[in-house]
Amino acid sequence: MSSIEERVKKIVCEQLGVKEDDVKPSSSFVEDLGADSLDTVELVMALEEEFETEIPDEEAEKITTVQLAIDYINEHL
Amino acid sequence: MSLTDKVALVTGASRGIGRAIAQELGAQGATVAGTATTESGAASITEFFKENGIKGSGFCVDVSSTEAVDGLMAEITEQLGAAPLILVNNAGITRDNLLMRMKEDEWHSVINTNLNSMYRVCKAALKSMTRARWGRIINISSVVASSGNPGQSNYAASKAAVEGFSRSLAREIGSRGITVNAVAPGFIDTDMTRALNEKQIEALLSQIPLARFGKPEEIAKVAGFLASDAGGYITGETIQVNGGMYMA
Repeated sequence: MSSIEERVKKIVCEQLGVKEDDVKPSSSFVEDLGADSLDTVELVMALEEEFETEIPDEEAEKITTVQLAIDYINEHL
Repeated sequence: MSLTDKVALVTGASRGIGRAIAQELGAQGATVAGTATTESGAASITEFFKENGIKGSGFCVDVSSTEAVDGLMAEITEQLGAAPLILVNNAGITRDNLLMRMKEDEWHSVINTNLNSMYRVCKAALKSMTRARWGRIINISSVVASSGNPGQSNYAASKAAVEGFSRSLAREIGSRGITVNAVAPGFIDTDMTRALNEKQIEALLSQIPLARFGKPEEIAKVAGFLASDAGGYITGETIQVNGGMYMA
């Protein structure tokens, strides 16, 4: 089983259609990886599915970078 | 056939326009999930599909219930092998009354079945469509959304809302290759219009340039066109199919 970081990065690449090299922990989904509002919703849904968890809207809004996504999963898994 | 390998969900498919649409999509090769509100209705859909060589089956679900709709997508995926990428929101009811006499229940039941079901079913179906980067949503409206009709303030309100809903959703998810359109039938020969009395029918016919009611198949062909590759560049549109009784 790969690490949470690897799984999050893989989902980000799949959802946003970006290369793995471009996905850094500090990468902002919107500013650095070109996500629009629908992309971020889909991304959160994909994370929910991968980690079998439910991310409430008010929490999802705060997940704006790769690191924040990894942190959220680590805290809530 | 252009829709082969795709699953289509048609709500309210046991009779009338819904059944004709299910048949049309099936003829284009789609595997069809048709819903009805009773087990016997669902069984009659399955039977109808069998008789007409259509892949798919009937499902018993009440689109006015959120829990029921949530379970439906999983059930379809399990039974038919894939989630629906074509969705036809057809299920609808009338509870006609003059507004001054209209009961709360008559208002709410029409809004719940005709409009709130769009929210439920579209939301549930969008997940797989966005993932597939392809989808077709076809919402059945009515000519009275544009023309108005005495005794149908509830029905007309629900259908006008469906058209606005379709335009907004079309803008939201166009980037995912999903089109959202409405088809607005005029008076079509179904159980719904068979409830009209002779006087009403006569009055209606005098307003229809083509001087007849439409056939369910004539709505189904338009829905089938929107679902096919040929309709791929149409989104956010409401197509009027009414024999000329209302011209925008």
